[in-house]
This record gives sequence, C-alpha cells and structure tokens, in this order.
Amino acid sequence: MDCSPHTVLYKKQLSEDVFLMRIRAPLIAGERRPGQFIILSVDEEYGERIPLTIADADTAEGSITLVFQRVGYSTLALADFNPGDTLPVLVGPLGRPTHLENFGTAVCVGGGIGVAPLYPIIQGLKEVGNRVIAILGARSKDLVILEDRIRELADEVVVCTDDGSYGRKALVTGPLKDVCERTPKPDVVVAIGPPIMMKFCAETTRPHGIHTLVSLNTIMVDGTGMCGGCRITVGDETRFVCVDGPEFDGHKVDFDELMSRLRSFQDQEAEEIQRWQREHACRMQQALEAATPGKESPA
Amino acid sequence: MPEQPAAIRVHNMSEVTHGYSEAQARLEAMRCLQCRKAPCVGGCPVRIRIPEFIQAVADGEFARAATIIKESSLLPAVCGRVCPQETQCQEPCTVGRALKDPEKGVSIGRLERFVADWERGCGKVETPAVKPGTGKRVAVVGSGPAGLVCAADVRREGHDVTVFEAFHKFGGVMMYGIPEFRLPKAIVGEEVDTLRRMGVELTPNFVVGRTRKLTDLLEKDAFDAVFVGVGAGLPRFLGVPGENLVGVFSANEYLTRSNLMRAFERGKALTPIFLSKRTAVIGGGNVAMDAARTALRLGSDEVHLIYRRTEKEMPARIEEIAHAREEGVVFHFLRNPTRFIGDAEGRVRRMELLKYELGPPDDSGRRRPVAIPGTEYIMDVDGVIVAIGNSPNPLVPRTTPGLETTRWGTVVAADDGLTTLPRVYSGGDIVLGAATVILAMGQGRTAAAAINRLLAGGAPAREAAEKVESIPDQG
Ligand SMILES: Cc1cc2nc3c(=O)[nH]c(=O)nc-3n(C[C@H](O)[C@H](O)[C@H](O)COP(=O)(O)OP(=O)(O)OC[C@H]3O[C@@H](n4cnc5c(N)ncnc54)[C@H](O)[C@@H]3O)c2cc1C
Ligand code: FES
Repeated sequence: MDCSPHTVLYKKQLSEDVFLMRIRAPLIAGERRPGQFIILSVDEEYGERIPLTIADADTAEGSITLVFQRVGYSTLALADFNPGDTLPVLVGPLGRPTHLENFGTAVCVGGGIGVAPLYPIIQGLKEVGNRVIAILGARSKDLVILEDRIRELADEVVVCTDDGSYGRKALVTGPLKDVCERTPKPDVVVAIGPPIMMKFCAETTRPHGIHTLVSLNTIMVDGTGMCGGCRITVGDETRFVCVDGPEFDGHKVDFDELMSRLRSFQDQEAEEIQRWQREHACRMQQALEAATPGKESPA
Repeated sequence: MPEQPAAIRVHNMSEVTHGYSEAQARLEAMRCLQCRKAPCVGGCPVRIRIPEFIQAVADGEFARAATIIKESSLLPAVCGRVCPQETQCQEPCTVGRALKDPEKGVSIGRLERFVADWERGCGKVETPAVKPGTGKRVAVVGSGPAGLVCAADVRREGHDVTVFEAFHKFGGVMMYGIPEFRLPKAIVGEEVDTLRRMGVELTPNFVVGRTRKLTDLLEKDAFDAVFVGVGAGLPRFLGVPGENLVGVFSANEYLTRSNLMRAFERGKALTPIFLSKRTAVIGGGNVAMDAARTALRLGSDEVHLIYRRTEKEMPARIEEIAHAREEGVVFHFLRNPTRFIGDAEGRVRRMELLKYELGPPDDSGRRRPVAIPGTEYIMDVDGVIVAIGNSPNPLVPRTTPGLETTRWGTVVAADDGLTTLPRVYSGGDIVLGAATVILAMGQGRTAAAAINRLLAGGAPAREAAEKVESIPDQG
C-alpha cells in the first residue's frame, strides 16, 4: 500500500484563474470512480478543508488530476503550489460514484469549471455505450476548458459563451432546450456548474420529463458524514452531499437553499481573501528584494 | 478545585480548572475511608484499583499511584477530566453516601487527573515496553480512545500496528469534539506521541471504506486482523422545518470548526465559524454543554440552552452543567423547537418553541417529555446549534459486506469485540452508540486482548460473532 506524500507532479494555468494540477496519490487514483471528489487543505495546522472533484486519474503514474478556479484563500494558495511541493492534507476518494449505465442518449452540460468534473463522467458514459452530447459553456473564449479532450470522446459537442467570443452566444440552457426538443428526446441529462446554472438546466429539462442529474459542491468539513455542514434539501428529505451525493436528482434539489448555504460565511471569506492578498504581496516583495543585487536577502 | 473565574474564562479557550496542588491532592486523598467494600471500584468501567491509588496519593507516593492507575487505564489524564464520575466511581462512594451527596464523595476523578498531570509534569511518563517483533500486522481504523488504546495494547505484544484516521489529526472526539477548555489538545497529542514512540505507524487522511476497503486491508494488504473504532459520528437533527437555514449547525460541525480547525483563533485559522450574537443550543448532554460554552467564548452575547426534559434528566456531567451556568448559559427546560424561521436571505432569525411536561418513565427509566399542545411561542435567535446526539457512522458498515449492524446501526460485536467478519474486531461508540471515553477505551482494550490471543495462535474456535442485538443508546 503506497501512502507516500501527495506531491504535485504537474501544474498548468488554463486561464487567468483556472489551474490544472496532477498530484501523486496512487491509492486514490486506484479507487476513484467518475463523480467522486477529494478534500484538501493547504495548511495542516490552520488550513480549511475544501472539496474538489477529481477530473481524471492515471493509475500507471499513480496520480489524480484536479482542475480548480481561484476563488478563495485556499484555491489562491493552492495555485501557488509547484511541482515537487507536497500537499499537507489530501483525502479521498469521497462521495458516491456516478451511476453509469447505457441510458441511450446522454446530454452532458458543463458550465465554467464544472466541465472538469464532467469529463470523467463523459468518459464513463461512453465506456458503457451511451451516445453523448456535450454542451460546454463559459463566460468567454479563454474560459472554455478541456474542449479538445471532450471532443475526442463525445459524439456531438456544442460550445457556447456568454459574450459570444467563441461558439454560440448563449447560456448553456439555450442549446440544452434545443436538444430536449429533438425527437427522440435525450434519455438523461447531467449538468455540472455553478448552482444557478444547474438550477436553470433542471428547469429547462423539467417540462420534458428528462431525468436530470446535478453534482453539488457545498461547504464541507470532514467529508465522511460526521458534521452535516454539507446538508441540503432534496424533495422532502435532508441529505448529506458528501456521503449521499454529490449527485442528486436536479428536479428535486432546493437550489435556493443551496445557494444561501454557500454564502454562510461570506464575510469571513472576504477577509481571508484580503489576507491572502496581503501575504502574497509580502512574499512578492521578499522575492523581489532577494532577487535585487546589492540588497541583503532575507534569511 | 481551583479554576479560572467564570467572567475571565468565557473570554479564553484555556482549561477551566487548574487541578490540585500536591498538598490539596493529599488532603483530598486522606478523605478516603479506605472502606473494605470499595464500592467505587465496582462503579469504574475499567476497575481501577481506586482505594490503592488514593492511598498512594495520601502517602505522597505519586509515582506508585500512577503505576496502579495505568494497570487499568491508559489515558488517565483524559479520563480524570472527562469521565462522568458522579454516575460511576463516585456515585457509590461511602463518604458521599454518608454526607447524602455524591458530589461530597471523594473526588476520585480529580485525584486521577492530579496523578496523571504530576507524571507528565515531571517527565516521568514512560513509553510502554514493546515485545520483540512478531511480524504480524494489525490495522486499527479510527484514532479515538478505542483505537488508540487498542493500538497500544496490540503493539506491546510486538505486533506491527498501523492506525488509519480519516482526519488530518489523531484523537477522534477528544481532538475534534471536546473543547480545549475542558481537555487541552496537548494532552491528546502526548498520548498520540507515546504511540509513535512505541513504533505504531499513524496514517492520517485515510478513510477506510473509501481510500481502501476494509476487506482489502485483510486480503490485499496482508493485515492479520483489523480493529474498527470509527465512533458515532453521524449527527442527528430534529427534522423540523427550517433546520437547513444558514446559521443552524450540528454541534459536530460547530465544535469541529472551533477545535480541530481552530476557528477560534481568528486571524490565524482559515476555517470560518459562524459568529452569532443570540445563540440557541438544543440538547442536554455533554455535547450541548460544550457547544454552548464554545459559543460564549466565540463572542455570543446570549446563549440559551433548550432541553426537552428537566435538569435532573440531563445526561451531561454535573460539573459541566454547573460551569455552563456560571458562565451565563441560560437554561430553558421542558421546551423543544418546532420550527426555525429565516429571513429573505435564508438566515435563521427566530425559532418556535413548544412547552413540555414530564410524563411516566420511558425505556431508559427517565420520565418521558410530553408536549403540551397550543403552548408554542417564538424566540429570537441568530444562531442555532443542534446537539441532540449522534448515531453510528454508517460509512464502514455500508462499504464492508458481511459486517453486520443492529437496527440502530451499531456494529454487532461479541463480548471480546469480534464482529460478524473473521479477524475483524470492533469497539467504542460504533458498537455502543454514543457513549463515553472510558467505555470506548475499555472496549479497545478487550478487543486488543482478543486480537493478541488470535495472533498468538490461541484464538477461540469461533470464526465470527453471532448476530445479536446489543442495547442501543437512549439519547
Ligand atoms: C462534544 C463531545 C463531548 C463529549 N464529552 C464527553 C465527556 O465529557 N466524557 C466522556 O466520557 N465522553 C464524552 N463524549 C463521548 C466520547 O468522546 C466518545 O464516547 C468517545 O470518543 C468514543 O470513542 P471512539 O474511539 O469509539 O470514537 P471517536 O472518538 O469518535 O473516534 C473515531 C475516529 O474514527 C475516525 N473515523 C471515522 N470513520 C473512519 C473511517 N472510515 N476511516 C478512518 N477513520 C475513521 C474519526 O475521524 C474519529 O477520529 C463526548 C463526545 C462529544 C462529541
Ligand atoms: S462534510 Fe461533514 S457531513 Fe458532509
């Protein structure tokens, strides 16, 4: 059993705030299935634990791939990790894997960074024989990710951007509606992206009665069902996203509640980002001083 | 026992009680009558030879006292602080009986703590001797008191032991649940360090059932036996409307943010914590007291504790109830929330409470709370912590075919800890339902003895435990 440290193997900046990282984690790479996620923290003593979906895994290399967007302190700090650095806390794979079967035609809708967790699901759906239509949306051209890799897998790919800088000028719900109106209509829809996008995808498919799966990313602490911080309302029931999910029936999820719960700590999160900016500026200053000849480098 | 004044301690996380001085400890020990019956020993779940250790304290022979305690208890610094002594060893104490008040009995817990702290304070804690290696390997799942004690006892026999813990720190509830002001984390850390020095391998960030299946530990990783001590970490909620509003938390979440993730160190910790001004805590156990007192320390102006029964039925330790009251927690008995009401942003603002009265006793022997219809009223709150108990965490049973559970979700285990799977043992809260540190420790110990017998070749002929219904926790 290889429990060696979780070392960063590779890092690539996909767009201004989106990064792809391959991390050594042989056990997780071996066990993970599409739809599962990990929890990580950038500091063992004072860090926070954040969930990130596993975008891909390579069992030969013993690595997992994460794609993340810089939004809070932890992701800002994570983007500063370089190959060779070790992540102090990384645990997984968590959550229930996606239920994969040959549904027939599956529409996979990814918004922004949500395209990353969608990728292994498309892979899985293809492996069991589905016809896959992928709809990829982003705010603008440079925020479209993994398009080439998805084109290799999917039978049909529609790209759209909010500003029309690439592909169709539309929100993902536009092409989704068109696809739902085809005959025969698709058999299943998987939508992953910002909560507001998933909410509207679910509303788009509802009148057509097409089963719609969404993958939720909530605030989490342990990821093992111990704290209930990740709970949401699905139908009449309270479910824990980390152990009962992350995928749920989009027609039953209370998205408004989910969105307000995501804002639980917004004031403190804003403080943390400011703190990161201060610390970052300070580190840059030090690096600059160290690099300037004639000045003493800080020990 | 000397302690920080309430007005001061509500502004810090440091331990509330300071512990006895040597002179105080000896004086307290001299109150023991050394009565022949020694009913205290019968009250102690691990049967510490209490009169003998107390005599040693009275004689000023603290090292001898420590040796006596450690024959039976591996975590005296912890148990001396968190055991419910008033319902265990101290309850039948002859001195207390004579004075008609168990609180006036000999303070056995405080003496236990004194001895443990004395030993640590003078650096006299010895690393237990480990027998020559046997080459046999044991996996311990979970690093709460059950797992830690099992790991130590199995390691002593010379077997290789690996502890797998889901979190990034070891100690289970002692680390993430019980607050610093009641159980300093440095003490838990020292116990973990002792294991490390004994050569126990400690693997954090490893969720058995997810990172690796339990059966794979036996089949692929060649462990000869497994101990499952994963605790009762599944928070119960009330199931009333509005419970998912922002500002309503399980005590587990609230306490984990504060203790494990250190959110109380604002400015250092990255984990945020909800800062409410008028906080309600629902429940009457130790967990509820810990949550209420933590909320005060995090800056709540008012903390209201809501409990369905009366003070007499509260399962919390008497000392915690007294401390909470001194610190300003307001108790509301015979009340229970019927719903939580939020604002336009989905944040909790008010709750509706229903009044109760006590009816006839229920299965647990406590009088059952009966709702009084039509007595609902509203209370303003901007934070709610639900602390009505924990159920066994189903993650390991769900991912381990053949590991049977009772209808309460507890793992089925025989008296020696053997589960329905061969070579798999279990103990602590996952078997007992949410219980206590000392009972978890005791079960870890019993299972370790069985594992040691198994690995020595003297295993009982039984392959696995019969499915039996054990007694559930009554919440
Ligand atoms: C807030 C609070 C206050 C309490 N106060 C007291 C008190 O004053 N006195 C008292 O006697 N008792 C008290 N208790 C109860 C006591 O803490 C528990 O009974 C005791 O800790 C149970 O020990 P355990 O070893 O069974 O499990 P735990 O202490 O729960 O430890 C289980 C460990 O297993 C880990 N784990 C879970 N699943 C997995 C997995 N799949 N893989 C790997 N690791 C896993 C968990 O992360 C955890 O670290 C309190 C409990 C709480 C929550
Ligand atoms: S993250 Fe704690 S229960 Fe899901």
